[in-house]
Amino acid sequence: MADIRAVRRRIKGVQNTAKITKAMEMVAASKMKRAQERGLAGRPYAEKIQQVIADLAALSGETGALHPLLQSRPATRTVLVHITPDRGLCGGLNANINRMAAGFILEQKVPVRLIAVGRKGLDFMRRHRRDILAEFTQLGDRPGFLETLPISRIIIDEYTSGKVDQVHLVYTRFISTMLQQPAIRQLLPVEPSSTPGVQNVDYIYEPDPGAVLNELLPRFVEMEVYHAILESIASEQSARMVAMRNATENAKELVSELTLLYNKARQESITTELLDIVGGAVALS
Amino acid sequence: MSSIRLDIVTAERAVYSEDVEMVIAPGVQGQLGILPHHTPLMTTLQAGELRIKKGGQEVSLAISGGFLEVRPDKVVVLADSAERADEIDVARAEEAKRRAQERLSEKGQTGADESLAEASLRRSLVRLKVADMARRRRKRA
Repeated sequence: MADIRAVRRRIKGVQNTAKITKAMEMVAASKMKRAQERGLAGRPYAEKIQQVIADLAALSGETGALHPLLQSRPATRTVLVHITPDRGLCGGLNANINRMAAGFILEQKVPVRLIAVGRKGLDFMRRHRRDILAEFTQLGDRPGFLETLPISRIIIDEYTSGKVDQVHLVYTRFISTMLQQPAIRQLLPVEPSSTPGVQNVDYIYEPDPGAVLNELLPRFVEMEVYHAILESIASEQSARMVAMRNATENAKELVSELTLLYNKARQESITTELLDIVGGAVALS
Repeated sequence: MSSIRLDIVTAERAVYSEDVEMVIAPGVQGQLGILPHHTPLMTTLQAGELRIKKGGQEVSLAISGGFLEVRPDKVVVLADSAERADEIDVARAEEAKRRAQERLSEKGQTGADESLAEASLRRSLVRLKVADMARRRRKRA
């Protein structure tokens, strides 16, 4: 008897869990749609500005650096911008991104400082006693461009003042709803373009190289950081939706198994009772 | 007639990508006309009207600052914002202009607030101007 009641309680519990995961799935699905749109819409700009900057870097490789942010120095200190979600329950996404960041840090021969964007990465790096330069959490699901500017500001300041010689960006690249990949990219110094033919071109700058680069390079860093954050959010919501959908399905499967078990136990007990009654009646007659 | 590929993108979307015959852009130092085979160029843009000539037609966009790169094979415009003249919501632009003017006339603002308001005033003025010019051109035609 106690067994049957326990099974019934279990079914209730699993059903409640399924309700919660279903709700989370639907919340994530609606956020996902918007986040994906934003992430994908920003891609053309990010790609174009990358091209432009890579061309400039190729040029300045020959003529000497035209701007502090184009200056390439031997790497003695590195900064890793670690972009993660604030929250969990999104499948393997957090584990994957943290593993990639950790792998990168261990590979480096020079000290690595961190700019942690997102609580999950921050907690992970704190646990491993890493040198955290700055932390940004609670950016929310729809950060505006302005809210991400402080991150770029730190990157630019650190690089320009020569406190770091390399800046890498680690984030989760959004590929599709089912697939998100952790990715690591060198942000500064800018890697020169390898497109042949572009290198020897003499650019005209209006009004002059300094003025143009002064606007363009900070904008480049800002856009890259912003875009990486948007991609990460799109990935997070997609991963969460898929994880919650799987959880809901698993819960439903578990409920049907438990229901079967419950019905079997109930029938068995009825059969035993009937046998007892019939047995008693037979003994009496 | 020879043509060159023009890509206009903003942080929010890709606005335009076609082969065109001429681009006239609002450079920081004045209007800037670009034909195919232009020498490579890199410049900042100011808020203003960007005109595109293609097959005898002219398309006009309102942009609010950005960058323009001329490469041997194409022209890339990285705009802070860009709208086609026919997409501009005149009523909304008027409203934005009024709000920005209001904010500017208020006292005791921080420098950042003031420059934000100034920027949005400039943006709405450019939108209105571009929409107006496009309307006039349509009337003439």
